[in-house]
Amino acid sequence: MCLAIPGKILTSETRNGVRTGKIQFGEISREACLDFVPEASVGDYVMVHVGFAISRVDREEAERTYQILQSMGMLESELSPEAADPASGGRP
Amino acid sequence: MKYMDEYRDERIARRLAAEIARKATQPWVLMEICGGQTHTLMRYGIDELLPKGVEMVHGPGCPVCVTPLETIDKAIEIASRPGTILVSYGDMLRVPGSRTDLFRVKASGGDVRIVYSPMEAVKLARLNPKRQVVFFGVGFETTAPANAMAVWQAKREGLTNFSMLASHVLVPPAIRALLGSPRNRVQGFIAPGHVCTVVGYREYEHIAREFRVPFVVGGFEPVDLLEAISMLVSQLEEGRAEVENQYVRSVSREGNLPAQRIMEEVFDVCDRKWRGVGAIPQSGYRLRPAFADFDADRIFGLERMTAEESSECISAEVLQGLKKPTDCPAFALRCTPHTPLGAPMVSSEGACAAYHQYRRHFAAVPGER
Ligand code: SF4
Repeated sequence: MCLAIPGKILTSETRNGVRTGKIQFGEISREACLDFVPEASVGDYVMVHVGFAISRVDREEAERTYQILQSMGMLESELSPEAADPASGGRP
Repeated sequence: MKYMDEYRDERIARRLAAEIARKATQPWVLMEICGGQTHTLMRYGIDELLPKGVEMVHGPGCPVCVTPLETIDKAIEIASRPGTILVSYGDMLRVPGSRTDLFRVKASGGDVRIVYSPMEAVKLARLNPKRQVVFFGVGFETTAPANAMAVWQAKREGLTNFSMLASHVLVPPAIRALLGSPRNRVQGFIAPGHVCTVVGYREYEHIAREFRVPFVVGGFEPVDLLEAISMLVSQLEEGRAEVENQYVRSVSREGNLPAQRIMEEVFDVCDRKWRGVGAIPQSGYRLRPAFADFDADRIFGLERMTAEESSECISAEVLQGLKKPTDCPAFALRCTPHTPLGAPMVSSEGACAAYHQYRRHFAAVPGER
């Protein structure tokens, strides 16, 4: 539950007083709060946990880590909420 | 080395394993605290790559596993009330409560929603002004700032139908409790990389000094863990007890200051019961009085609910590194990921589930599938 996934910031805007961005993880994208990484801007890579970017990482590291997490099957539970649902065949 | 072909950095992994074997001149017991790291260790059979004397035991670092039984019961109670929406991270749904679990409550008509981010719970409250929306706020320091932000945002927007059932836990007090126990076997720790991304590792420096025990802040990939183990063995062999950082690409000594600020604004430290472990002083976060209007415990009058844990489950000893899941008589028989008796069998990061998923064949248990 403490996993963070690296992704690339595609957009950044302030909505309801919160800095929000679209983050790209491989083929999919998700919204995340960027308030904890004021130093990061569009094009940068960040580690994202439960919809919040918690640190900035460099691009090569981010891409390598993403591939490893993907090969380990560790992305679904972080990125798609239904994955933990046994009915959808999620991991135990 | 049957898992070796699965390593992307096979050469590096081999080199690190050989390095550890060369350095270790005596037995050492090491603990990874984080459940995500337990998962990686089992997935890649890292414990089997290590020389015989270097033993990994698995820590209590899975928030799903240590959320107290009565808190699960409270969530179930809230979800069963008409007019409420209980919003949770998916992992919590199958955690057994005293009588049922959230998944079954949902199946029988309770409005339980799974979200990816706590901000989605705030959005649900905004969209359903006539319903009470309760977010099940669990997690370690990694998750606490996100959950804090959700409450902070709800307050800022003046939402009166959003609240949080808060059950946050903190890692350093749990390590202190472990080290202070006369039964402790752990001689060195891999500190959790994403917890430290948020809070930094200064607190661990105090513990290292106080108990003369080394820490290495580690990442989550197989090579990260091997490297962290190698650094720990070096410290132990050289008689050092410091905090070193293997996961520099994400962790700084100070941590993430904006995240720490929101956490401190919304939460204060309290005593907390850990499922399977018991009460640990000053080991949790609760909402500060300024956010009392968002406290589900108070709103739903649940403060006094208590529950007794199953006596068959030995998760207390598993979570303290005293026993392995395979030592449990229920393991893989009465307790499986589909029929969990205890929380460590529920979450994929729980030690029992990780053992069940990756090395069932090691358990000398008849009748196993
Ligand atoms: S195998 Fe099941 S019953 Fe035994 S310690 Fe693990 S969770 Fe508890």
